[in-house]
Amino acid sequence: MHGLVNRAIERFVRDTYGRDVWIGTIHKLDLGFTEFEAMMTYEPRITEQVLTVVGNRLARGRDDLLEDIGTYLVSHPATEALRRLLRFGGVDYVDFLHSLDDLPERARLAVADLGLPGLELQDRGGGLYHLHVGLPEGHDLRLGPVVVGILRAMADDYGALALVEHQGDGADHEIIAVRLLEEGFAHGRAFALGVGGSAA
Amino acid sequence: MTAQEKTLLPLLAGLCPMHAVLDTQGHVVQAGPTFAKLFGAQPPLGMRFLDLIELRRPHQAEDMVALLACAGARLRLRLRASPHTALKGVLLALPGGGAVVNLSFGFSVVEAVRDFGLTGADFAATDLTTEMLYLIEAKSAAMEASRKLNLRLQGARIAAEEQAFTDMLTGLRNRRALDHVLDRLMQSEQDFALLHLDLDFFKQVNDTLGHAAGDHVLQEVAQRLRDTVRVDDLIARVGGDEFVILLLGMTERAPVRDLAERMIARLEEAVLYRAQECRISGSIGITLSCAYDSPDPARMMADADLALYAAKGVGRGCARFHEPPDQDVAPMRGIA
Repeated sequence: MHGLVNRAIERFVRDTYGRDVWIGTIHKLDLGFTEFEAMMTYEPRITEQVLTVVGNRLARGRDDLLEDIGTYLVSHPATEALRRLLRFGGVDYVDFLHSLDDLPERARLAVADLGLPGLELQDRGGGLYHLHVGLPEGHDLRLGPVVVGILRAMADDYGALALVEHQGDGADHEIIAVRLLEEGFAHGRAFALGVGGSAA
Repeated sequence: MTAQEKTLLPLLAGLCPMHAVLDTQGHVVQAGPTFAKLFGAQPPLGMRFLDLIELRRPHQAEDMVALLACAGARLRLRLRASPHTALKGVLLALPGGGAVVNLSFGFSVVEAVRDFGLTGADFAATDLTTEMLYLIEAKSAAMEASRKLNLRLQGARIAAEEQAFTDMLTGLRNRRALDHVLDRLMQSEQDFALLHLDLDFFKQVNDTLGHAAGDHVLQEVAQRLRDTVRVDDLIARVGGDEFVILLLGMTERAPVRDLAERMIARLEEAVLYRAQECRISGSIGITLSCAYDSPDPARMMADADLALYAAKGVGRGCARFHEPPDQDVAPMRGIA
């Protein structure tokens, strides 16, 4: 598993619950370190173990925890860079949804060995979209709930009103339903194209 | 302008948002929405194109004739007003007179999107500018993460090297560090004195007071040796109670002898361990690199060893230089 994934879990716990909670939790695994390196690769079972001890510590079910992490990735100031990269995907929420098919490829341009699960958007008409999230190869960690958290937070970010729900697993993918109720529901957060640009 | 041109030209706004249509005199008669943004709120209709934008390559142009002369060529241009943004472009003549100019930012795009508050909607759907900006940001973030990792790895490497070259009990250098420094001194042809020090009566301390006392004495010895030499000199613990000291730049016997004597005197001051007095001394064999035509570390170590053996033979607590076999052996004054 790419270090960025483990690092994301770590930053989520540290930024949301504090350093002590993270250190206290990670010590239980006796890994010999307390910080993940974003640019290194770890065994998939380590990610699995980390999610288990973090879930136990925070008394959150696996799916809820993953969804919280997805929300954190988009909405916390510490991960502003990631929000910006996602916003490059589209000029509005629908455009963004349609850009998701390219997301693994986009991510690969930046970090060649990240290995995100495949994403495929299906437009069911009437503002209903189904997103298929591929099950990753080599391990059975399901990341669908993270995507749910990201899609919900990105709807807020664009100022769109959307219902996002995990609809269970298919043979080789998870299914997420997005029902777009109103594109211009609220003023979204500002996004200036310029690097580190201030609000446009 | 022909009737056909009048119908088709408005399409340009969607295809090339950064275009302008010029009349036969070179005045802007139509401006794409992004082109207009370069000049504030109002589209600069009726203005002379060359008053707004300066043509720099392939040649300067002052009038429409000069502009039309480079039709089809890759143009390099610049905004006349601040922030003097650099632009790329192409100009094509219209059959009915006048011309169409299409512009883009090139490498100035990062500053331009900020200066003019541009968004993804300001670029044509086929334009790769947004993808390029994405890549710049994504790569910068990835590079920053890699740079931090490199810094941490470098710190870890330095710490590991430091540990690999350090004798953990005394904090002095170890045999590996000594070999390393000797090699370096040979390569850079620097002169130095090599002292081989062996503690006297240390075994008795160990045997009567125990290893903890022995360790304490070794740590005290290390501190006293450090106090005696200069910062750049090297002290290595090469065995249980054996040390090698390299005094850099030393080519004269007298100062080396003084230093060796001071060293032995310091070692003979009692060390207190749990209110017990531990008394030791030391014997030193010395050789100077300048005594050899081409110094060799192994040979110098062997010679210092011989000198140490001779010093021990004369009695404990004294220092002796290595003497070539054909010279008279003049023992140094014993200190004990």
